[in-house]
Amino acid sequence: RPNRRQAAGRGGARARGRGKKPASDDDDEEEEDEDDAPKRRRGANNKKPTKKRGGGDDDDDSEDEAPKKKRGGAANKKRGGKGKAQDSDEEDSDAGKGKRGKKGGGKKGGKEEEDSKGKKGDAKGKDKGKDKGKDKDNDKDKKKKKKKDDSSSDSNTNSDEEEESLSEGEMAALMEEVEEKKKLIATIRNKPWRMKRRLFHLKEAQQFVDKFEGALGKGKGRKWYAYKVMMTKVLMGLPYGSIPRKTVPRAEQDTAQDYSVSKIRSCVLVLIYQVIPCFKYISSKYIYKYKESGYCKYSVLFYGYYNNQRTIGLLQFRLPLSYLMVGIGSFGYSLMVVIRTMAKNADVGGGDGEEGEFTFAWKMFTSWDYLIGNAETADNKYASITTSFKESIVDEQENQKDENIHLRRFLRVLANVLITCSLGGSGYLIYFVVKRSQEFANRDDLSWYEKNELELIMSLLGLVCPPLFETFAELEDYHPRIALKWQLGRIFALFLGNLYTFLFALFDEVNTKLEEEQSIKNASIWAMKEYYANFTVMINDTLVTPPPMPPADVIRGPCWETAVGIEFVKLTVSDIQVTYLTILIGDFARAVIVRFLNYCWCWDLEAGFPSYGEFDISGNVLGLVFNQGMIWMGAFYAPGLVGINLLRLLSSMYYQCWAVMATNVPHERVFKASKSNNFYMGLLLLILFLSLLPVVYTIMTLPPSFDCGPFSGKVKMFDVIMETIDLDLPAFLGTLFSYAANPGLIIPAVLLMVLAIYYLNSVSEAYKNSNTELKKKMQMARDEEKNRRNNTDSTNQVMKDLEDLLPNRSLAPPAPPEPVKKPEPEAKPTKTKPGSAGKGVNLQKDVALASPNPNARGPVRQPPGPRGPGPGPGAGPGRGRGRGPPPR
Amino acid sequence: MDCTFFTRKEILRLHGRYHELAPHLVPMDYTNDPDCKVPLALIVNMPELKENPFRNRIVESFSEDGMGNLSFNEFVDMFSVLSETAPRELKAIYAFKIYDYNVDNYLCKEDLEKTLNKLTKEELTPEEVVLVCEKAIEEADLDGDNKLSYADFENMITRAPDFLSTFHIRI
Repeated sequence: RPNRRQAAGRGGARARGRGKKPASDDDDEEEEDEDDAPKRRRGANNKKPTKKRGGGDDDDDSEDEAPKKKRGGAANKKRGGKGKAQDSDEEDSDAGKGKRGKKGGGKKGGKEEEDSKGKKGDAKGKDKGKDKGKDKDNDKDKKKKKKKDDSSSDSNTNSDEEEESLSEGEMAALMEEVEEKKKLIATIRNKPWRMKRRLFHLKEAQQFVDKFEGALGKGKGRKWYAYKVMMTKVLMGLPYGSIPRKTVPRAEQDTAQDYSVSKIRSCVLVLIYQVIPCFKYISSKYIYKYKESGYCKYSVLFYGYYNNQRTIGLLQFRLPLSYLMVGIGSFGYSLMVVIRTMAKNADVGGGDGEEGEFTFAWKMFTSWDYLIGNAETADNKYASITTSFKESIVDEQENQKDENIHLRRFLRVLANVLITCSLGGSGYLIYFVVKRSQEFANRDDLSWYEKNELELIMSLLGLVCPPLFETFAELEDYHPRIALKWQLGRIFALFLGNLYTFLFALFDEVNTKLEEEQSIKNASIWAMKEYYANFTVMINDTLVTPPPMPPADVIRGPCWETAVGIEFVKLTVSDIQVTYLTILIGDFARAVIVRFLNYCWCWDLEAGFPSYGEFDISGNVLGLVFNQGMIWMGAFYAPGLVGINLLRLLSSMYYQCWAVMATNVPHERVFKASKSNNFYMGLLLLILFLSLLPVVYTIMTLPPSFDCGPFSGKVKMFDVIMETIDLDLPAFLGTLFSYAANPGLIIPAVLLMVLAIYYLNSVSEAYKNSNTELKKKMQMARDEEKNRRNNTDSTNQVMKDLEDLLPNRSLAPPAPPEPVKKPEPEAKPTKTKPGSAGKGVNLQKDVALASPNPNARGPVRQPPGPRGPGPGPGAGPGRGRGRGPPPR
Repeated sequence: MDCTFFTRKEILRLHGRYHELAPHLVPMDYTNDPDCKVPLALIVNMPELKENPFRNRIVESFSEDGMGNLSFNEFVDMFSVLSETAPRELKAIYAFKIYDYNVDNYLCKEDLEKTLNKLTKEELTPEEVVLVCEKAIEEADLDGDNKLSYADFENMITRAPDFLSTFHIRI
């Protein structure tokens, strides 16, 4: 068999694409499975419908088919002369055979059945038929196979001749058709058809494309072209499955993007920073000298680890430059990603403007999550859907009446005052603690608490405040969704406020450190001078040997960048601890107590007071956002923070996943995070911007420490860029940059950008207006159309498809022996002449032996059915044409 | 593969699942293109569908005979439409079919009531059910015939923010 197939494939790359294509191309599984025999048969079979249609089956109105028809007709015409005589012969002899019996009967009995069943059913039937007749045909079969090969090569040569004689115009037409077919192949999965019909159309189209695509090349290059096409197909097939699966739980999907951002960034960072150590050495004296401050301080985690060598190693890796570039580039990249995501979301949710228009309908049709596969979740979902329906009913009823508005206003103001108070209080607390920690920094006898006070306080505030806010929010009595947004906004404000107080306090510290450093620097310079002076005095030589260590290392300054980095890492670590402990105690311990004490308690713990913890989606998402902000802020001073956070996110995803599954109950009210998609992204953007500010500020204004980090010795960090421009780039580029950096150029540029934004804004406004206009018009048009075609049959393709998809009861297993089907217009193309292919091949043997016959693999015959016998395909519309495509 | 949104591997896995459903009915190899169908009762017991209130309707809408007997082609078709990558329009069409209980290509009040009762496990009082159904029809019905045609449904569902995220099954 394989031999046979190969031969066929070789012979008929174009002429009989079917044989080859599935072998090379990744086709439907179906086809893979059926593999050999049926495939061949079907291949032969496939040709049938086309030809037949060409031969005068005009009732097929689908446009895809139109070109095909023409082709088929043309082919038929060509074949007509040779094949016709044969046709009638075969017809007769076939009729006599038992093989045919089943087929023919089915055919005559109900043509419609054939239609709906389509080619596939047909092929199936044929197979069966063949089995039946097998005993009879066994010997014939073998011969037939041999013949097939012959014929395939025959037809191949034939088609070659023909193709060469194609005129330009026909080429163009052919090209168009091929394009059309390709389009069909590309979009077929989007068509709401039954699989059978899809398969059929697909195969037909594929066959067509296979056959003619190669023919479109020119002259000698044709084979090469065909090969190229085939290769691209094979190659294109590969990356299809590479769409990543979502593994992030739904609640965290919003931040998945952001998560991936951090991942990518960390990849970049890790790549760059991991290359460096290969060329570096850690001077061990630092480690010993500063052992008491912890080894980590001088590890790769922090800014201070990197030195100011301009280039490293053979590849001239420019560390300071790349450090700065990665730092700034990651900000730029994150900004871009966040904004692009937001734009995409805004694009997708285009119609979100009319919220509330379809409340009930949406609830009814989209509230069930088809992903649910767990009985408990399903129960919860039922409950939440029921409550949400009840809520909207109540809302609906409440819409009319309003109650004591003054009381409500008063309560809302009160709640906001309380919340502002607690925000301010928490801010002050943090400021106070930071100040205190600066005092502590000068002392040695610190307890563990005193060392970690700041981080603890911040984490605790993050723990205590949100529930407090929630309590206050109950005073306000907003609609849940609005309340959620308020709540999120407040927590966010809390986080941000804390972070910024922390930052300001840190800046204080940095400033004191800078002063300290200045004095140290002076001292070290003095020491240098002293050294040189001593040197020259003592040895009295003109040749000055350099001091044993670089001047920057003589006295070690405080290195404020590393200090900042350390603060951030501490914050992150304590945050991790607090989160994990909260989950362990707040959720897990609670769940255990509730679960097991429930047996011996005076009230129902599960339903009553403590109950199980609820999974706080919004809080967790906010936590992620905040965490991302910390990464952005801290990554410049502690590049290792990215790695730590990556580990933290990975572990906490699985940990929280477990916690949620094991100990939490879903929120009473289920909020779709997706509904406020851009809300979260907006928060992310805000925090990105806010975390960008301090970093850029420090980069731009504060002088880097003189004795640590990649920028040591520079006045400002961005001097690295200037240096690179001066030293490594051609001179004219340097002048170019200096022009570009001229305020005279920058200010107009900014102005221009502002104006451009204004212009784009007004344009989008105009588009929005015209959009709503259009929507209105469309609505009207639709109404009108509906009124017009009130009772007439729908001309809408979709409606037809829908009708086509209506279940066909008669196909059910206990079907009556003579199933009567309703005519299905779409199914027409799937019509096949039963029995023709298989049998035809059998009979062809004689004829084909006599003369090479292009029809050999698919003789055209008239169905024995209502059509009546006749010349059949030869009579097709294509007959009048002088030239035709190669026969299939 | 071109007919579905699955890769070859996924289709093979689906076939494995399909085979598991009824090992005695479904042959492992499709070389001879056998004509076998798996009845509804077996399919709705898949863990992916088991908890779905519309499981019967889903399977029925994808079966050619309307009784829920799925051939492998239809089985693949079903999960292809419900896959993540299927476009909104396609999903909308099948969603419409699923919610169309009496298969008349219109969603009338009875369909909605059935849907609602499935969704809420009949927790709502009859009055509430009627109210909700009326409201839903009122919202979405554009041509005023008191039932939802596909155009109405499509118009409504394409604007639903959650439709794409909820109307899919991961297999």
